[in-house]
Amino acid sequence: MIERRKAIAAILEDRPDNLLVISGLGSPTYDVAAAGDVAQNFYLWGAMGGAAAMGLGLALARPNARVLVVTGDGEMLMGMGSLATVAAKAPANLAMLVIDNEAFGETGGQTSHTGKTTNLAAVALACGFRQVATAYKPAELNAVKQLVLEGNGPVLGVVKTNSDELPRVLPERDGHIIRNRFKTALAGQQHGESE
Amino acid sequence: MKADLFSFAAEDWRAGIFTALKTHGVRQMAYVPDAGHASLINACLADSEINCTVLTTEEEGVALLAGAELGGQRGVMLMQSSGVGNCVNMFSLLKSCGFPFVTLVTMRGEWGEFNPWQMPMGQATEETFRRSGFIVYRADTGEDAAAMTASAMRLAYDSNCPVAVLLSQRLIGAKDF
Repeated sequence: MIERRKAIAAILEDRPDNLLVISGLGSPTYDVAAAGDVAQNFYLWGAMGGAAAMGLGLALARPNARVLVVTGDGEMLMGMGSLATVAAKAPANLAMLVIDNEAFGETGGQTSHTGKTTNLAAVALACGFRQVATAYKPAELNAVKQLVLEGNGPVLGVVKTNSDELPRVLPERDGHIIRNRFKTALAGQQHGESE
Repeated sequence: MKADLFSFAAEDWRAGIFTALKTHGVRQMAYVPDAGHASLINACLADSEINCTVLTTEEEGVALLAGAELGGQRGVMLMQSSGVGNCVNMFSLLKSCGFPFVTLVTMRGEWGEFNPWQMPMGQATEETFRRSGFIVYRADTGEDAAAMTASAMRLAYDSNCPVAVLLSQRLIGAKDF
């Protein structure tokens, strides 16, 4: 079984300068923060179901940046229609990474749809994503990392993990601060603003 | 701008809305189709400077335009009033982070409505926006629609407000079957 925090740390290790990360509420936000709290991270603490669509808007606005949305199976299920919306726009610079513990971890670990019948990678592919990959064991992580960091988007990687609850790593919660920090970092980098 | 690909009918007041969107630098448009928005949607689709995204549900548009703003682009969402309720929790993203946001809403469930199923959301639309922290304009004339769109863009992108412009069913024309 893959440990989620180690997996995200491995994927975000030595992250490229042009990588912008949006994290879905709950454990993905804690995991992304634990891998390195940088200004190019936008942490969601709510807006469940909106992470993919938010990544799409950012990817369209910044064609020369690489946008990675890191979220969980519950958040992705709530916004499953947005996989169709993303695929229809086909942004080459957008990648999704679903940390799939097959459970609603924040609310007591109830089994989610992916623990029953739903395969989110297959859903993304059927919606029109260019490529998907799933890692079930640590040896398969590298392929997912390569896909989400370099694959021609839209791509979606799934990391199957256990539902152990890890110590929470809590980044900034004030959305105004997160937003301003992110925009300031982008203004400093100037990569790919399409104006 | 490829203005030659689309032209509004001479009496179509949506031309004024489109001009306001262009004047205020809109670069992304998200929409759930509505007959009342059809010519405006087509004008945006024909414009090479506006990137249009069709949504499966309106709440996606709230998150999408927040992402666009993070990346430095202005946007607008076109929807009908029946979609407003779909957005309520996603509106928290705007308030929690101070995102600017503009939506133009074609009204159903009011003036001359023939379909009773449209009434509940139509009658709750204005209150839903206000309770979600929006400034709400209601346009009953084409002139108002253009002026309110321009004002909405300024309030949103200069003063960090979410703003809804309701295009009344009296203005659009009640649907008939």
